[in-house]
Amino acid sequence: MSLRSPLGKVLGHGSAKDGTGHFFGQRVSGLALALLGSCFMVCLFVSTDFSRAAVSAEIGQPINGVMLLLLSLTLAWHSYLGVQVVIEDYMHGAGSKLAALLISRFVHTLLAVAAVYAILKIGFGA
Amino acid sequence: MAEFRLPKNSRITRGKHFPADSGASNIRKFAVYRYDPASGENPRVDTYDVDMDTCGPMVLDALIKIKNEIDPTLTFRRSCREGICGSCAMNIDGGNTLACTRANDEVEGDVKIYPLPHMPVVKDLVTDLTNFYAQYASIKPWLQSRTPPPPDQERLQSKADQELINEPAACILCACCSTSCPSYWWNSDRYLGPAALLASYRWLVDSRDDATGERLDELEDPFRLYRCHTIMNCTQTCPKGLNPAKAIAETKKMMVERKF
Repeated sequence: MSLRSPLGKVLGHGSAKDGTGHFFGQRVSGLALALLGSCFMVCLFVSTDFSRAAVSAEIGQPINGVMLLLLSLTLAWHSYLGVQVVIEDYMHGAGSKLAALLISRFVHTLLAVAAVYAILKIGFGA
Repeated sequence: MAEFRLPKNSRITRGKHFPADSGASNIRKFAVYRYDPASGENPRVDTYDVDMDTCGPMVLDALIKIKNEIDPTLTFRRSCREGICGSCAMNIDGGNTLACTRANDEVEGDVKIYPLPHMPVVKDLVTDLTNFYAQYASIKPWLQSRTPPPPDQERLQSKADQELINEPAACILCACCSTSCPSYWWNSDRYLGPAALLASYRWLVDSRDDATGERLDELEDPFRLYRCHTIMNCTQTCPKGLNPAKAIAETKKMMVERKF
């Protein structure tokens, strides 16, 4: 049991002077996902041919490829920000929280890079 | 990890039943959380049959009647009995509110009364609000001005400026909002909670205060402010009809505005 004053406990290590970028990023990426996701859904609905050749040709179109890249990167970013909130909310051990945040960052980076690689490979027809 | 189940010594057991006098005809059941840490026993829920023909209209009237006439060991805070002191804040019928302003008739079925959620219980319906008050103190709830006051009069405010602080200044610090917030349940050691943030907003928008920047600096933290996920339990439960969620959203807007 600590005899530190209640006010001392609340003040803790002081303000991190951080968090606004995360808050704003969540909203901006959410808005971007709504737009990019809608475009993606429209593309899926209007497409009739889902053969590998047809899909590769669609992704090979510059606008489609760029939009798909943006969607993948925004999705990974938004997901990372959201998972970070969940970890910070529910994990209270300093070590386990830091480890979970690092793992989440690595996994999201890996997924984003893999998605970019896949889209570029299909788009450029390699 | 977050605790989704109460600790073993906090799990609630069935308590005693206190039947009404045989002559009573208009009986209402009150199920009340009881806990005495000195006894070493787990909490329990005692049930009291109250004769409503001889009881006042509010839940607090029933609690006072129980304490006076049925079970003097029942412990709860109360003072003003008119919704201005905030002492009798508790969880009634599943929601945080003031026992003095919640009518018995507004509750359907048995009246279930628990202490404010996720707070350390001192005894029965009395919770330990030490951390809550320290959080309020931490936001420096007083005027900070570098402008010397006029020598011959008070610091003036326009009517529009006064109206900005009118609502947030009406908070009575009953803790209903903070203790209804899941984010506060999980992180009350670092998240300030809606009550302290509403109080902070009251000074952020005070036209006489010169410390807006410093106040925002102190709030800008992933936990102090940004643990609020706009769940809005605070606004739904506030017995004074205030809107802490809006005050927090406005504070976040100020944070974004000063970035651009």
